[in-house]
Amino acid sequence: MRRFHVFGFDVRDFVWTFVMYGLTLTAVAMLLWPLLTVFGNGLQVLSWDFLLASPEDAGRSGGIAPILVSTLGIVLVSLTAALPLAFGVAVMLTEGFNPAGWPATILRCSLDILAGIPSVVFGLFGLSLFCRQLELGYSILAGGLTLACMILPTLARSLAFSLESAGVAHRAGGAALGLSKQSVLWHVMVPVALPGICAGVVLALTRALAETAVLLFTSGYSDRMPESVLDSGRSVSVHIYDLSTNVPGGTLNAYGSALALLLLLALLSFTVHALTRWMQRRMTGNTTRSL
Amino acid sequence: MINDNRAISLEPFVRAASSVHGTVTHLSTAAEGHIDIQDLSVSYGKRTVVEGVTLRVPRNSVTALIGPSGCGKSSLLYCINRLNDLVPGCSVEGSINFSWMDNKHLAKNSTQLRRQVGMLFQRPNPFPFSIRKNLEFALRQHGIKAQADINSRIESSLREVGLWDEVHDRLDSSAIALSGGQQQRLCLARALVLNPDVLLMDEPCSALDPISTQKIETLILSLAQRRTIILVTHSLSQARRVADQVAVFWKLEGVGKLIECGKARDVFDRPRHELTQTYLQFA
Ligand SMILES: Nc1ncnc2c1ncn2[C@@H]1O[C@H](COP(=O)(O)OP(=O)(O)OP(=O)(O)O)[C@@H](O)[C@H]1O
Ligand SMILES: [Mg+2]
Repeated sequence: MRRFHVFGFDVRDFVWTFVMYGLTLTAVAMLLWPLLTVFGNGLQVLSWDFLLASPEDAGRSGGIAPILVSTLGIVLVSLTAALPLAFGVAVMLTEGFNPAGWPATILRCSLDILAGIPSVVFGLFGLSLFCRQLELGYSILAGGLTLACMILPTLARSLAFSLESAGVAHRAGGAALGLSKQSVLWHVMVPVALPGICAGVVLALTRALAETAVLLFTSGYSDRMPESVLDSGRSVSVHIYDLSTNVPGGTLNAYGSALALLLLLALLSFTVHALTRWMQRRMTGNTTRSL
Repeated sequence: MINDNRAISLEPFVRAASSVHGTVTHLSTAAEGHIDIQDLSVSYGKRTVVEGVTLRVPRNSVTALIGPSGCGKSSLLYCINRLNDLVPGCSVEGSINFSWMDNKHLAKNSTQLRRQVGMLFQRPNPFPFSIRKNLEFALRQHGIKAQADINSRIESSLREVGLWDEVHDRLDSSAIALSGGQQQRLCLARALVLNPDVLLMDEPCSALDPISTQKIETLILSLAQRRTIILVTHSLSQARRVADQVAVFWKLEGVGKLIECGKARDVFDRPRHELTQTYLQFA
């Protein structure tokens, strides 16, 4: 292949390097731009007052306190409902069924299919089951449970994956010491799998926090402070959607809410990570060196 | 090294004190007895991989299982502590009896069986816990809760494998930070805290360097004074160094069979089966 040299530079190398750098920069810019926009605009309104006050004038002024509370409620309900179920499914997949047998295969396939279903479909399902049939109405509980259904498949798969990759070696090692399957699971597999479990939970949290479509017609969009999980409540994502599409003059507060959402997400995932590290330290007895 | 050999010395007092637990009482350290393997066959699904193995393993000695890859040595070994129960589709026929134990009880209770029959794997597999917790964990799970008892067992088993001097000041750091050889000895200590009668070892040195290998071999020899050791190995020189008995396996028509067994010296010096003669030429 012929090479072109200009002043000692290989032109093709130069072009390719340029293209690679260009693509990388574009990718970074596309990540940074929205963040900068949110921070730039959001910082103009974000303050303690904004976080602690109720919205006024359809959200054009005032704050987002009730919305933060509803969001936390919805996320907590969904995680509380989904995590034990997902854990149970994951344990069945890795320890209960023969991984090559048909029950495990069917279960895995259905989880994968469920994970691919658009969230609106879950919304419709939640509306008919939780809101109507179980008569929960538009409520934080109904919204949270619907979100739980939505995140369950992915959460279960990621938990199963982290339990699986925790290793056959430990399972055999534990059994060879005469330990029961349960104690190996609880005292060995779970501590080893904790970082993976934690990553799965954070991912599920992110999906739950980002969701609007599902919540519009399950938890409703009342922006008052909820008094119980049976009250309707508006999540931050729904609030942002509402402010930026339905409320003229609400854009700046939408950015403020978006920034609050980002911070909330950061705070939650930090908490999950800290909790994981603490639990892992306790469960493994390593005081001087983490895994 | 020198350091280590000193630490390996057995400690009869500690061990005598710790043998109170368990369902099996040791009559004496030089007890008679054997493990009787009768007509044992192992299948995975429909495929039989080991067939008709009848073997008598004398107590308190080292028995090496040798033979080419895939002839079912591990499969046979896993039957002895019923670890093959973990493998879906694995079925076993025949019987294994420990002449000095209550076999009916053990047959119903794999937990008790595995407490009496410890195991060391090919790759060191310490739990990703602290060194202390690695040893403490099984004890606690088996209902031994008194901290003083636990501590003395931890110390005596670490001393027994010659690790105490190396790790006694960092018992609370992760076992994963140890070298491979140290990890393997830790795994051995982990099996020893339960004070098993029998130790199964599946190529315990194949992932180790020569020096660690030598340490393990020295340990095998000293442990065999009070414990029955069944060792799978690909190293014929290792079998020659540590084994009292040797059992040679071969894959005949796709199925693993026992082709020869006897005193190590007899098998190595005067092999009867011609396949053994061929195999030993690789030594
Ligand atoms: N879990 C399993 N499922 C199905 N087949 C298996 C399983 N484990 C072992 N086998 C088969 O059983 C046969 C004997 O395997 P085994 O591991 O007992 O041999 P081995 O003598 O220990 O070999 P190596 O020296 O290589 O460790 C092999 O053909 C192997 O394919
Ligand atoms: Mg093997």
